[in-house]
Amino acid sequence: MTGTFVGMPAFPEAARAALADTQLRHNLAHATATIRGKRAAVVGEVEDWESLRLAGAAVKDRALRDLDQQLVTLEEQLTARGATVHWARDAAEANAIVADVARAHAVEEVVKVKSMVTQEIGLNEALEAEGIAAWETDLAELIVQLGEDLPSHILVPAIHRNRAEIRDIFRRRMATAGRPAPADLTDEPAVLAAAAREHLREKFLRAKMAVSGANFAVADTGTLVVVESEGNGRMCLTLPEVLVSVVGIEKVVPTWAELDPLLRLLPRSSTGERMNPYTSTWSGVTPGDGPQEVHVVLLDNGRSRALADDVGRQALRCIRCSACLNVCPVYERTGGHAYGSVYPGPIGAILNPLLKGTGVDEQTDALPYASSLCGACFEACPVRIDIPEVLVELRSQVVDSHREDRVPKPETAAMRGAGWMFGDAARWARLGRVSGLVGRVLGRVGGRAGPGGRRTLSRLPGPAAAWTDARDLPAPPRESFRAWWRRTDGRLDEEDQGR
Amino acid sequence: MRVALMVTCVNDAMFPGTGAAVVRLLRRLGVEVDFPEAQTCCGQPMVNTGYLDEAVPAVRSFVSAFEGYDAIVTPSGSCAGSARHQHGLVARRSGDAALGMAVAEVSPRTYELSEFLVDVLGVTDVGAYFPHRVTYHPTCHSLRMLGVGDRPQRLLSAVRGLQLTELPAADQCCGFGGTFALKNTDTSVAMGADKARHVAQTGAEVLVAGDNSCLMHVGGLLSRQRSGIRVMHLAEVLAATEDER
Repeated sequence: MTGTFVGMPAFPEAARAALADTQLRHNLAHATATIRGKRAAVVGEVEDWESLRLAGAAVKDRALRDLDQQLVTLEEQLTARGATVHWARDAAEANAIVADVARAHAVEEVVKVKSMVTQEIGLNEALEAEGIAAWETDLAELIVQLGEDLPSHILVPAIHRNRAEIRDIFRRRMATAGRPAPADLTDEPAVLAAAAREHLREKFLRAKMAVSGANFAVADTGTLVVVESEGNGRMCLTLPEVLVSVVGIEKVVPTWAELDPLLRLLPRSSTGERMNPYTSTWSGVTPGDGPQEVHVVLLDNGRSRALADDVGRQALRCIRCSACLNVCPVYERTGGHAYGSVYPGPIGAILNPLLKGTGVDEQTDALPYASSLCGACFEACPVRIDIPEVLVELRSQVVDSHREDRVPKPETAAMRGAGWMFGDAARWARLGRVSGLVGRVLGRVGGRAGPGGRRTLSRLPGPAAAWTDARDLPAPPRESFRAWWRRTDGRLDEEDQGR
Repeated sequence: MRVALMVTCVNDAMFPGTGAAVVRLLRRLGVEVDFPEAQTCCGQPMVNTGYLDEAVPAVRSFVSAFEGYDAIVTPSGSCAGSARHQHGLVARRSGDAALGMAVAEVSPRTYELSEFLVDVLGVTDVGAYFPHRVTYHPTCHSLRMLGVGDRPQRLLSAVRGLQLTELPAADQCCGFGGTFALKNTDTSVAMGADKARHVAQTGAEVLVAGDNSCLMHVGGLLSRQRSGIRVMHLAEVLAATEDER
């Protein structure tokens, strides 16, 4: 699979570049704070949000428990309604199926509904290689595509761009892709949206084929569901003659009735709206109305691998709302590109290694560590994915994949040493005595006095420099707690205690 | 009630004053607290870095040190969270059923300091005196893993002379995150710098929290900026009395 953006460095390095981009940090802090505020307000309106979360998680868990059967039912229902169902093990198979359909109809361009899964498999690039142009019709995806950029957020792919940058992209690039931007284009949101509308309208009316994903796939009725805010998706789903929907197998919901909690959880978590403006559903072909040929590609691409992971399986509950991105302090400062994937943020940090496997490449293995484990993501997740729990599990899988390495990493040696030392209080106490000695020396000659009087160190050698490059460190105390307790039985006043 | 102090490895080695403050505070409240010397570390540094096997010895020494106590009190939301939510995982991984049973016995009796004071002892006014302008940072693991809620603020509000000012974006992580502070230094420092800026905005003289590791990180940045703002553990503020002045 194309799990990561090609050529991306591992997270710490990519993050450093992002952190240095002050415009990016400003754009992100502003945008995520706005969405956080909207989400908090509408979530607060729901009387028992926690029950709704539990209900949503239960629906997805039920679907995942007997996923094989749910998928067979879905296929039967879709086929009965006139759709052609394809199965794709990986990105290459899925892309080939879509390209085959396009070739069969001799189309040179397709319009696309915003879809994470087609980004995951690199469909646009695969179609381009076949001489077929795939045009994004979601406003933010259009900005990313015209800017020859990469998406940086699940819901708001151009979140890293501000209005002025978007105006420049439209001016520079719209003409080469179709209808040019008007000469008097300003950076007013309404003016920018109007320019995109005119540009896209030509594409909708011309296109013979559309490609979509699906937010949900209802097994018992054979219904695919897309929710959106702009209406572009609905244009793609109804105007062209041929429709291909690429659907991750984890999108299955057993019954129509079970859509209910999910359709309530998603907009509030995602856009901070009570209800999403457009909900489109389709089931195969309706004669004389809408696309007369419908293909559905059911895609695995690592999902069965994730399903086999006892702890990580819960990540397949994800409904791609992006609430975890908007509350994540790491995402807020580093942006989506640092994650090197179309799935950035906390969910990307677990989904990418789950789909791709750990111990395969350094870029993916760095992702479970791209978190301070603060837990804000779990709190925000509408389907209660315990992202910190999965992060820790994946970290252990990364470590386990290197247990047989001939030359252990310095970190491994350090952790083994710590494990050995913490297995015996006497060993740990001996280290405390050494540290106390260091503290006594530093107390006289090292560092400077910080507020409160304690000596402070500003420059340490070796690996400790990673700390003191930006942060001071208090000098070790002259006496550990343990030594003080042993000396005094905890009876002396603080003045007598060696600090 | 037999009460044990779990001082934590960071406090033992770097912040002995916090352990001493817990001892003084609990004694003042009539609780005799013991310090089992067999204790070392909760194992969290290893677990959170993915070294689950390496955490087994720490969990073993934890249960053997604290078995038989009615309550284990620790001045760390993070380490209490580790005991309550990670020790079971480590024990399961070790395949040692006896260890698993011991963990199931011990870990639910582990309390973060503010939980112990408010829930077990039932006090919010601990008779402290601290005449300073203070702001409080609710550390992530206290807030989200343990759910201590406003217990620390209730305790601080009852301290005589103390002026508590609200910290902007208080519930955002300070960026410490254990080995995250070293593995992703740049991001960690960026998060900490925003936290330090918010602390400075409050005009407080002292930043208080229930975890010295988070304070070491934010305090390290405040110190580098020569802000003049002190960091103090909640236990030390609650232990302070008028007699000491």
